[in-house]
Formats: sequence, structure tokens, C-alpha cells
Amino acid sequence: MAILAKAPPARLAELLPDLAAHAVLRAPETGAVMVRGRTGGTGAPFNLGEMTVTRCSVRLDCGAVGHAWVQGRDKAHATRAALADSLMQTDAAPRIRAMVLEVLAAEAKAARTARAGKAAATRVDFFTLVRGED
Amino acid sequence: MYVAVKGGERAIDNAHAWLAEERRGDPAVPELTVAQIREQMRLAVNRVMAEGSLYDPDLAALAIKQSRGDLIEAVFLIRAYRTTLPRLGASQPVDTAAMAVDRRVSATFKDLPGGQVLGPTFDYTHRLLDFKLAAEGEVAAAPTQDTIPEPVPHVTGFLNRDGLIEAEPRDDTAPPDLTREPLELPAARPLRLQALARGDEGFVLSLAYSTQRGYGRTHAFVGELRIGRVAVEVDIPELGFAVEIGEVELTECETVNQFKGSKTEPPQFTRGYGLVFGQSERKSIAMSLVDRALRWKELGEDFTGAPAQDEEFVLYHCDNIQATGFLEHIKLPHYVDFQAELELVRRLRAEAAAAVQEAAE
Repeated sequence: MAILAKAPPARLAELLPDLAAHAVLRAPETGAVMVRGRTGGTGAPFNLGEMTVTRCSVRLDCGAVGHAWVQGRDKAHATRAALADSLMQTDAAPRIRAMVLEVLAAEAKAARTARAGKAAATRVDFFTLVRGED
Repeated sequence: MYVAVKGGERAIDNAHAWLAEERRGDPAVPELTVAQIREQMRLAVNRVMAEGSLYDPDLAALAIKQSRGDLIEAVFLIRAYRTTLPRLGASQPVDTAAMAVDRRVSATFKDLPGGQVLGPTFDYTHRLLDFKLAAEGEVAAAPTQDTIPEPVPHVTGFLNRDGLIEAEPRDDTAPPDLTREPLELPAARPLRLQALARGDEGFVLSLAYSTQRGYGRTHAFVGELRIGRVAVEVDIPELGFAVEIGEVELTECETVNQFKGSKTEPPQFTRGYGLVFGQSERKSIAMSLVDRALRWKELGEDFTGAPAQDEEFVLYHCDNIQATGFLEHIKLPHYVDFQAELELVRRLRAEAAAAVQEAAE
């Protein structure tokens, strides 16, 4: 679910172009989730601000139910993520895992590594000019 | 005598039509797209998300376009929009120690695990206008360096290990929410932090600056400043467990401040904390200074009368939408109010004139 939620919607649509026949249990609904932080990073929780979230639930003809909560307001993204979630509970699971989830996970990892590489290039190497006498 | 009137409908419609035309500007110049604003005016987008208190870069970019770049107006649009959204839940508190950092610097320790990472910063630029940007051109890709992911622990954690800084013990009390209940004083620290996180950057900056100049001085060092992405985890009721549903970019600042100690505590450093949506470095540093100044009571310090120590002053004035709403409403028709004032001043003048005449006779 996390991989599907964090996937770029257009990329998910490319990887999962066809929507399997399904009944909508909860039509895609956009709302807000309050994001919390902690005082000092570790202490008591506080409300930082909201973010937009869209949720959706579907049921396949075989009865498998899928849920999705995705960041943003893209209803097609939420529907597709819920469908992929429901397909993961059917015989199609290995195919969805290989063709969709693993691809998305690898791309997310590559994007993260690329960004971390740029950050690493800005890491400061200190060198000592003159050491003061102790 | 004042008679109620109505009117102005045509004038208002025409004003809005002209506003739309002015917003577009010279049609010979290509129109800005929302995606261009989102990508290329990202710090403005961040500010609108932080003060609008809603993380959605596309909406913030749209609001900036609609408001013609007036960021407070854009914040207003976002605040109005968010009231239309049903609240689906609250996230688990984000784990900033696990942040994928773009930038992480400490002004207190030179060598620290995870290193000093400058990230995409304006620091060390010469603040000279770059006329190359006036011409369109390709940007060279930023250099990269192969890296093995390593943990980037909080700097205050090292100090905490030696007991040199006050502990920030974990607590899981549900925090108060000023978007749900009216702000009441005295406010606990979680409520103050929520108000500051959505407070006006300029106002919070000025208050923080006032503490540096001596109005509630707290001797702050930036123990750590980090910018990056954190996962947002939410308990999904359908599943009964928490799932990462997205990622937000945050700026976190932890200050290390002086403390004299008390009867029960030996001298140790104290903390100020700032956490803001997006890359908002100035705001998060300012927030942590003001947070620290507001903590005078719980740290047993004296109230010196400094504005930054006065929670009523800070919390009731840091919201730019409340402020601008009240400020700007005075330009709207106040014909009846003013008529009353006018009559009063005329009567007082007549009385004064009569008194002078009486004295002269």
C-alpha cells in the first residue's frame, strides 16, 4: 500500500493501464489528514498542519477487497491503488508484485539514491589550517 | 439620518473582470502554468503551504497564480479551501530522525555523524544579481557523489546522552488542535508550536530577531538545522494498522540555549524547536527562537515584559489571515459607524462652542 500510495500517479497508470472489473465500496473521497510532529523531535506530539489525501475502497468480482489512502487529490490514483491492493489478494498477486510493485519500489529507490548523491556532493570536508598549541 | 442602500453589483462584476485581465498581464507574454509555479517558485509554494497549513504543492501554486503572487492572499485561499475538506484522520508523529536529508548543518559541532551537508542553499552565494537567469538556458546537472546511506542522528541526542541538555521525553497525549477548538490561554507547548508553524514568517522572524537584540534574550545556537523528506504514516481504520501514505518535505531547527539551572536541576542547556512544511529555513529558525522565549515560565525564568515572551501577544497576532482580515475590513463600508461618529463630534463641537460663548457672556 505504501509503494502504491507514494507512486507518481502517471507512472502507476502506465504500469497498470487496465482497470479490472470492480464494484466501488467507497467512491474516491478527498480529505485532509493532520500531520503531526513532536516537540524537540522526540517529545509530545503537536499538530503541524494538514495534507490532502484521497481514499478509496473497491471490491473485485471474486470478492477481494482493496483499500487505498494516497497523498494528494488524484481520484484516479486512489482508485488504481485500491485495485492493485485488491489484486494483491488474488492469484494475480505475483504478477502485480513483479510488474507493478517491484518496478515502483526500484524507481522510488533510484530517485532517493539520486537525491542522496546530490546531497552527499555538498557534504563538507574540513581540513585543518593551523592547529593551535594545546 | 442614514438610509440603508444597496448597489455596486455591476461595479463589482466589472472590477473582477478587470482583475482577471490584470492577472493575465500582457497577452504577448506567455501565460504561467501552475506546474511552472510549483517547480520554479518552490519556496513561495512552501511558504503558502506552511502558513496555509495544508501540504499540497499544486494547490499552493494555483493559489499563487490566482492571487497574482500576493502570498498572504494565496494563504487565505488555501485556508478557505481546507475548511471544505473532511478530516480523515491524523498521522503518527513524523520521525524527523529518519529524514532523507537534503541539507543538515550544525552550528555547534563541526564533526558529527552524518556530516555537515549544505544542500541547495543560498548561503555562500554573493547575493549579486545573476543576469544569466534573465536569458533562458539549460542548467548543468548538479554533481553527485556515491554514498552509502548512513543514519543522521539528531545533534541534541548527543548532548542529551551526557545530560547536558534538558530531556525531551516521549509522550503520546493527543495534542490540542487550534483548527478545531478556539485558542485558549495559557496554551501548552504543542498548541504554541501549532500556532507558530502556521504563523506569518515575517512576524515570527521579527519576534525572533527581537529576542536576539535583547527583548527576552535566550542565547540560541542552531544545534541543528535539517531539510528533507519524511514519510507520513497514518492508521488506516479499514486495516487496523499504520501505513505510509505519502511524504512531506520539512525543515526542522533545534536550538541549544542557555539555562542557569534551578534547585532541582543542575545547569544544562535548554531547547527551542521549529518545524515547518517545505524548505523554510528562516521560518524554522525563527520559530525555534520564539518557542524558546515562550518557555520562560516552565523553565523558571523571569518575565521581562518582552513581546516574544508574551504568549497572548505572540499567539493572537502571529496568524496573518486573522490579522489581514481584521486590518483590511476597515476599508469596507462603515457608513453607519462613521455617521454616528460624525454626529457625536458635531454635538461635542456645538457644546464646546456654547460653553465658550457662555463663559464670554
